[in-house]
Amino acid sequence: MISNLLFLIITVLAVGLFVWQIQKIRRNINLGREKEISDDASERLNKLLLVAFGQQKMFKRPWPAILHGIVYVGFVVINIEVLEIIIDGIFGTHRALSFLGPIYTGLMAINELLAFLVIIACIIFLIRRNVTKVPRLTRGPEMRAWPRLDANIILLTEIILMLALFSFNTADIKLHVLDGRELAGSFPISGLLVNSLSTTNVSSLEALRSSGWWLHILGIFAFLNYLPSSKHFHIIMAFPNVYYSKLEPKGKFTTNQSITHEIKALLDPSYQVPPLPEGTEPQKFGAKDVEDLSWKQLMDAYTCTECGRCTDVCPANITGKLLSPRKIVMDTRDRMEEKGEHPAIFRPNHYQEQVKQRVKVTEEKTLLRGYVTPEELWACTTCNACVEACPVNIDQLSSIMEMRRFLVLEESAAPTALNGMFTNIENNGAPWAFSPSDRLNWADNLFVNVK
Amino acid sequence: MADLMARGEEPEILFWVGCAGAFDDRYKNVTRAFVRILEHLGIKYAVLGLEESCTGDPAKRAGNEFLFQMQAMTNIEVLNGYNIKKIITACPHCFNTIKNEYPSLGGNYEVIHHSTFLQQLINEGKIRVAGGKAFKGKRITFHDSCYLGRANGVYEAPRQVLATLDADLVEMKRSRANGLCCGAGGAQMWKEPEPGKKDINIERTEEALATGATIIASACPFCMTMLSDGVKNKNQEDQVKVFDIAELIASAENLNA
Repeated sequence: MISNLLFLIITVLAVGLFVWQIQKIRRNINLGREKEISDDASERLNKLLLVAFGQQKMFKRPWPAILHGIVYVGFVVINIEVLEIIIDGIFGTHRALSFLGPIYTGLMAINELLAFLVIIACIIFLIRRNVTKVPRLTRGPEMRAWPRLDANIILLTEIILMLALFSFNTADIKLHVLDGRELAGSFPISGLLVNSLSTTNVSSLEALRSSGWWLHILGIFAFLNYLPSSKHFHIIMAFPNVYYSKLEPKGKFTTNQSITHEIKALLDPSYQVPPLPEGTEPQKFGAKDVEDLSWKQLMDAYTCTECGRCTDVCPANITGKLLSPRKIVMDTRDRMEEKGEHPAIFRPNHYQEQVKQRVKVTEEKTLLRGYVTPEELWACTTCNACVEACPVNIDQLSSIMEMRRFLVLEESAAPTALNGMFTNIENNGAPWAFSPSDRLNWADNLFVNVK
Repeated sequence: MADLMARGEEPEILFWVGCAGAFDDRYKNVTRAFVRILEHLGIKYAVLGLEESCTGDPAKRAGNEFLFQMQAMTNIEVLNGYNIKKIITACPHCFNTIKNEYPSLGGNYEVIHHSTFLQQLINEGKIRVAGGKAFKGKRITFHDSCYLGRANGVYEAPRQVLATLDADLVEMKRSRANGLCCGAGGAQMWKEPEPGKKDINIERTEEALATGATIIASACPFCMTMLSDGVKNKNQEDQVKVFDIAELIASAENLNA
């Protein structure tokens, strides 16, 4: 009875704490500019099913996709068992879902096999990160101590959670065998493990069973509250982020409406610029800090898995330039947490100090210059390779573009050569310094033979 | 265009030449090749000539939204003034901008890249590539332009155009959606690259040369410049040539008068 009550309190606290953390993140995301995204619900649902649930974009690299798929499916199926654990914990029942009969048997079998495969996958992932050191997972100024530790914590926790599950099942089977009863369900892995379990001491078996049970569920609660401070938060954010992703062609960049009004007024003096809504100030052109980005761009930052697929395909990064699309996204998250309210538990994402060692940033406390330098931004070829590569549909390019706009429109801080190009377009109608009157010269002599 | 208008005629298509097509010495050949194809097929087309101006693409990608919209609205005024419905261009940057970014500023046209247009002509049997002997067995690799491919999903049209040449079409390690930028997009064309280990066009050229192709086919003026520079940098300009797909078709059709 006391343990049921204790379990109930822990459950409520864990879920409550998580909800509280989510509210903080929500507020951080709402630091961003408003952006209306409500069109094409059916196309968005389709994307959600394919890209988020179906992990379509993961399959650009088959091996990580298969391993990730195991962990993902394992996570989904094990949630059914978590449901049983919560029912058992609150009501003091034992294996409350066993009334499902053959369905339960199948479920437990699948669960055990997946748990075993998850352990294997996590071990391979650990090897990739720590032994073979896959470059995209370990290199780059943004992959410092914390992101590396974070990844290892996640993988080790998942292994421990699965081992706890096996110790619970194994001890439970053994206790039932000793008792001469049969345990509902089928346990292919624990069934093998039970043979190697020599002890017949009932109290130590009970201790093993309940410690496995508690470790598993407390671990899950702890993990739940670890998520908001971790890249592992993608298991939640991937879904809304994909739903709200850009549906237009990748080459279509946003149009700034206030500039449209200004130019219309310039071209036609009778044009009436619509007044700003009451109480709003004119917006900056482009983005200097997180509040100048849209909420979707900030949501991107909380969705980032730090997998580095964007940086790995970035032509600027490949050829040794400073730009790393992943860094831009991680910078945005770090700055958001600095500026807004931090996730409750801890705020390990700050890494400005370490970044300074490689990237020259100023003391200015804004996203632009405080975290992201103009040199990074100007290296971008806007080729959309990063956007194409991202498994959770982050639009790294749109944030880069907003910051470029700020540099050009608010600070007139474009590289000199680009200012020359602007002048040529203004004066000659071409980015090169040619006379507009020569525009038809290509046709000279062309029709001589024909006509 | 003004001439046609004066005669009270309307063209089937407007050929948007683009700044590179009008001014870049190498790319003028592409413009001429495409025009020869149009003339050869008797397609009623027009160009804006002196009334054409930069679409504003480089300004937009560099972050100068103000200059971009200024260019866009001026161009839209001209295009709408001539009641233009259908625009064809050989430049993926012009194509992307007019197709995707002009509509919200009042410019709504059917915009087609010349690769798609050539593919249509081939499908309709209008271009037959005279036996395809000129390129038979030659090794050609196609370089995807970011603003044609990833930006707008046009991957197959240029490849199908090349397929009619009966050549040996080989793919680079990174192609289609995974293609590597030539290094000129996002207004990089007009500035020195940021410091790094290597220039992007060299990286891409190495990949193209690794296929063993003797012809690198492109469908974008920027890509053509970058890859030609890359080939020169590798001292391969005698063995390896960079051509636009329109030039290859014109040459196969013996239209390179």
